[in-house]
Amino acid sequence: MLEIAIKGSKKYWLWIALLLAVMGAGAIAYADQFLNGLVITGMSRDVSWGFYIANFTFLVGVAAGGVMVVIPYYLHDYERFHRITILGEFLAVACLVMCLLFIVVDLGQPIRMLNVLLYPTPHSMLFWDMIVLNGYLFLNIVVGWKVLEAERNQIEPVWWTKPLVYLSIPFAIGIHTVTAYLYCGLPGRGYWLTAILAPRFLASAFAAGPAFLIILCYIIKKFTKFDPGWEAMQTLSKIVCYAIIANLFFFACEVFVVYYSGIPGHLSHMQYLLFGLHGHNMMVPWMWSALILMGLGAIFLLIPKLRNNRALLPVTCAMIFFGAWIDKALGMIAGGFVPSPLHHVNEYAPTLQEGIIAMGVYGAGFFVLTILYKLATTVKEEVRG
Amino acid sequence: MMIKSRRSFLKVAGIAAIGMGAAPVMNLAASDSHGSTQPKTAKNEEALHAKRWGMVIDTSKLTEEVVEAVKKACHKSHNVPDFNIEPDAEKYSGNRPARDGQEIKWIWDEHFHYAFPDKEDEFLAEKFHDLPFLVTCNHCKNPPCVQACPTQATFKREDGIVLMDYHRCIGCRFCMAACPYGSRNFNFTDPRPFIEETDPDFPTRTKGVVEKCNLCAERLAKGEQPHCVEASEGAIVVGDLEDPDSEIRSLLAEHYTIRRKQSLGTEPSVYYIV
Repeated sequence: MLEIAIKGSKKYWLWIALLLAVMGAGAIAYADQFLNGLVITGMSRDVSWGFYIANFTFLVGVAAGGVMVVIPYYLHDYERFHRITILGEFLAVACLVMCLLFIVVDLGQPIRMLNVLLYPTPHSMLFWDMIVLNGYLFLNIVVGWKVLEAERNQIEPVWWTKPLVYLSIPFAIGIHTVTAYLYCGLPGRGYWLTAILAPRFLASAFAAGPAFLIILCYIIKKFTKFDPGWEAMQTLSKIVCYAIIANLFFFACEVFVVYYSGIPGHLSHMQYLLFGLHGHNMMVPWMWSALILMGLGAIFLLIPKLRNNRALLPVTCAMIFFGAWIDKALGMIAGGFVPSPLHHVNEYAPTLQEGIIAMGVYGAGFFVLTILYKLATTVKEEVRG
Repeated sequence: MMIKSRRSFLKVAGIAAIGMGAAPVMNLAASDSHGSTQPKTAKNEEALHAKRWGMVIDTSKLTEEVVEAVKKACHKSHNVPDFNIEPDAEKYSGNRPARDGQEIKWIWDEHFHYAFPDKEDEFLAEKFHDLPFLVTCNHCKNPPCVQACPTQATFKREDGIVLMDYHRCIGCRFCMAACPYGSRNFNFTDPRPFIEETDPDFPTRTKGVVEKCNLCAERLAKGEQPHCVEASEGAIVVGDLEDPDSEIRSLLAEHYTIRRKQSLGTEPSVYYIV
């Protein structure tokens, strides 16, 4: 089936070349980091996780969001998602590849990363995160591939894909729950120490993942002969709508608890994000933009006339996607580490090189996504035509 | 020359190979008359032992001079780098200085409201305001860093000392996120060029690993007191928290002491007499 990927239009090859260039730039920047250490990043003793882990956290969410097409189709026989289920699964694969790459580029000693397997440590949440991420990646590759292959041959998928699909549902919930547990089980980090972190992560994932899928559907419709179906996109947009409202509601719950209780160790982080602390306010414009983007996006999706507007829908989805990215990637890291456990306020901003390495990882993810989507759309074109 | 050196190499290699093959047999032959061939580990009779090591810091005895002496003694003997120094250009080339905040410190001074942020007091006595409080790893009874580490590179010894295995650490920095005391450091760059005078008695670290205070485990094993204790002019006492007759227990019995962020349940082993 892979032979499909090496037959394409000029535009396809131009896009592939662009991605390879971005990956190349990232690889060169990473080679320097590999040799000289994470000194090239903007991270510090106080803010010891940065842009890499921020993007990792967000992309775990986008990967988990894929389950929002799997559940309706496989559990509720929602036929309209028949065409896009594979897109959700392949999006998850690309996102998980990026997640794993972000973890690797964040390690101080990447050569030793197999130590996590050599010395399995069940009391570390990172151990479980590794298991669920790789498990979910494996499940999505196998299921996506087998189902697509069956579709191409116009036969029923082999029987054992069904149990794997059902297994992938708890795994999708699992990857984002365990990723939240990385944060919310730590003492002394007031912004993260909240039981609603995992639900909040899931809500934002179920908004950002499908929102991105809708944008991808637009792109597919424009560049291929495959039509994912307007009705499926409409259903997806309703899912995004309720998920983003849940996310905003959970955030409001956090704000209430923090400000009404007034406990300094919890309050100061939220204060830093929303209003600035002791004159440090780098995150303030970002956080308010995130809230406005997500809030407006929710309103646009709630009103049927605006939701049904074909021109507005991708814009709304982009707003929600970037709003969630700021909130969960940048805000989660900055809010957790600033102020420090000793209440020093040291801010963090990624360096250019750190950004290039991150772009390289995104390039690799889009490369995987492009290849997989090329396979999926071509097969679907073949079968229909 | 080339040929000769190759020949001699082959000769040596051949002899070595024979030797390697013969060694187990020789050992077997030898084991009867000369005991085990396994390497022996010997316990130092003078080593200091404790059920649970702890530290008491008498803040009334902390002056700026004492604090400086303690920091210097600890950092110098543990090869803690100082990124403010200019590396030896002949020995090291192309190394990059660390950014602001990428520093490494094992024991350092903080003002009261940073060392004890949850004990912040509007009407704190004037004498505490500017007093330098020494802070370091608390060697917690329930260390969150050990719980977080995915490779057991940081672990708690039976005697309560929390240690780092610099060779197993993958540099994920999860332990740094987990530590509520900001006691952990990450080697963002190769520390070696920034060590003014390397002490051969203690290993240096590489880039990409986490490090922190080890309560001078290497000195306790030799029957010596930690460096900070020696340099502190009596301000720091280290001993067995679980021994009711130990010096630190009598200090704890005589004085009111506080610990950092006690409400978190990590059970720090460092006590402050205020």
